[in-house]
Amino acid sequence: MKIAVLSGKGGTGKTLVSVNLAAIAKASTYIDCDVEEPNGHLFFKPEGVQVKEISVKIPKVDHELCNGCRKCVDFCNFNALAYIKNKLIVFDDVCHSCGGCILVCPVRALSEKAKVIGKVQKGVSGEVVVWTGVLNTGEATGIPIIKKLLEESSEVNKQTFIDCPPGSACIVMESIKDADYCILVAEPTLFGVHNLNMVYELVKLFNRPFGVILNKCLEGENPAEKFCLEKNIKILGRIPFDNELGTLNSNAEIAVNKNEEYRELFSSLLNKVTKEVQHETTTNP
Amino acid sequence: MKIAIPVDEKTLESNVCVSFGRTPYFLIYDVETKESIFIDNSAAASTGGAGIKAAQIIVDNKADVLLTPRLGENAADVLKPAEIKICKTITGSAKDNIDAFIDGKLPLLDEFHAGFHGHGGN
Amino acid sequence: MKQLLILSGKGGTGKTTIASAFIKLADAKAYADCDVDAPNLHLIAGWSVKPAKTDYYGLPKAEIDPELCIKCDQCRQNCRFDAVSIDEKYKVDPFACEGCGVCEYVCPVEAITMKPAVAGELMLYSDGEKVFSTAQLKMGSGTSGMLVTEVKKQMKAAAADAELAIIDGSPGIGCPVIASLSGVDMVLIVAEPSISGISDMERIINTAAKFGTKTAVCINKYDTNIENTEKIEEFCKKQAMPFIGRIPFDSNAVKAINNGQTVVDIDCISGTAVKEVYHKTMNLLFEKGGG
Repeated sequence: MKIAVLSGKGGTGKTLVSVNLAAIAKASTYIDCDVEEPNGHLFFKPEGVQVKEISVKIPKVDHELCNGCRKCVDFCNFNALAYIKNKLIVFDDVCHSCGGCILVCPVRALSEKAKVIGKVQKGVSGEVVVWTGVLNTGEATGIPIIKKLLEESSEVNKQTFIDCPPGSACIVMESIKDADYCILVAEPTLFGVHNLNMVYELVKLFNRPFGVILNKCLEGENPAEKFCLEKNIKILGRIPFDNELGTLNSNAEIAVNKNEEYRELFSSLLNKVTKEVQHETTTNP
Repeated sequence: MKIAIPVDEKTLESNVCVSFGRTPYFLIYDVETKESIFIDNSAAASTGGAGIKAAQIIVDNKADVLLTPRLGENAADVLKPAEIKICKTITGSAKDNIDAFIDGKLPLLDEFHAGFHGHGGN
Repeated sequence: MKQLLILSGKGGTGKTTIASAFIKLADAKAYADCDVDAPNLHLIAGWSVKPAKTDYYGLPKAEIDPELCIKCDQCRQNCRFDAVSIDEKYKVDPFACEGCGVCEYVCPVEAITMKPAVAGELMLYSDGEKVFSTAQLKMGSGTSGMLVTEVKKQMKAAAADAELAIIDGSPGIGCPVIASLSGVDMVLIVAEPSISGISDMERIINTAAKFGTKTAVCINKYDTNIENTEKIEEFCKKQAMPFIGRIPFDSNAVKAINNGQTVVDIDCISGTAVKEVYHKTMNLLFEKGGG
């Protein structure tokens, strides 16, 4: 069962929820797809970490064969090639690895070489298998890393929690491609609701069953709750705004390992989620 | 000698544009003939690699010198092998900077900021 | 025009809460929301007029004409982004398509064309006195750096005479952040006293440093973790980076925002602290000489 945790807005509690659910589920897998700013590993502090570098293919020039026709420079939509003083230069950082220049070169002067763009790490924390994707600063896209993460970590019959990047851009879409169910985390603010709407549209577009966890709940009106009621969205649970929980989280501590109250809170959330997922997969296979 | 400058408008009195890669126009000024040509910067519409494309335009227009307030690494990597001299502009119009350059008053630009790394990407 | 940019690294630290308060205090004539993935500033900026909207085009997307397609499979085999699929007809997934043009090139019957694709929408609010520039990236798009540049350009063009411009930045350290850094006079980093927040704050400070931009740090919700707050202050001291204030966690702040107001519109502890941070920021921004 693969569960993706997402939110349109940053700081709502994706990592809090995915880390604690994975911890309480015991023999589970946690995957950090927020490859620009992965934070899950700060909580799990995984051991026995294996690292695999991820690379993409970029062009390499054979200057002897190049005749200066500039077909590659003109073809490249990303401006990754320049031709100066009879020499072709490739800009590795700008290249999107589409392979087009290699195809258009009439004299086969271009071939491919690998460029490392990041890494995938696998470690263990208690009974949880922790997968972390890291994109090197400045690289164009984290999608190849997420693809590899989901490919490598795929294990049938294991409860998996996918900590997604914030927003609703392409990398988020890639992260939920394999998910059986999506948990949307929302905070009770005007901004939170506005951004909740974004991911709500996203999961609907991708036809994924989903539910909402309301985080940082205070007394008084909760605009996110109102939104869910209006749109008939299933509310899986409520996590109250709690100074102690906030402090534990800010110290990168896993709440369910520290306090009976939080164990119960996340346990019941996990039960709710599991029931929902089973219900969804039997009614909408 | 030809001098290239990124400009906001197609006049010698125009302000120097704060961006090189995404300037709307380039002024190419011929010091000997005192002729000014303004070219549209097609790189401005690029989603990524604008500095590289703009630098290629400067190279293809056979400029000898570029006057600019700032420059990225990628653009610098195109201009340096082309042996184009790069100088840092001062506040003022394109004309002011051309005069200052001719009087030898403009310093070389030797600090290049990190590229914005393409980013047409996802 | 002096431009102040507010960044944080980590999301949810309070950039927009603070930016909106600053805008109120300064009675800023020009401001912008550069968080084009998830813009929020318009929710409390209080504009009643509708904005002028402009389509923003990103990279083109490939489109296959099923009438001409001979199903030779060349496009799918050559696409590096898994964007071509077959479901009776050959189709391009617009979310996966990166606009490289390879499929168009390899198609033997010219059945594929690269079509301009709207990747977002620019919005400009103006009432003769003030301007507010913002944009919304379309879901699934990836060209946000350039859209950020357009947001700033739009603001500058509409308010060339404004003395001060305040820019609400986006989270992260990626392209949109780098694009927003270009040309600003000062960056105010809003830090959160958590391990994740500190880690992301350090990365954003490094990024801003590459631009040589004047940078200062303040901490929001500081009392949620005093120990981490002190760690951040220590860090700033070591880096000789101006630390200009602590803002307490304040549930009244949430109430204000939810009412569409800024924290300085009501009487609350966070509002008082923000006022101090604001004055110190303005002093730094407008000081003569120095770095």
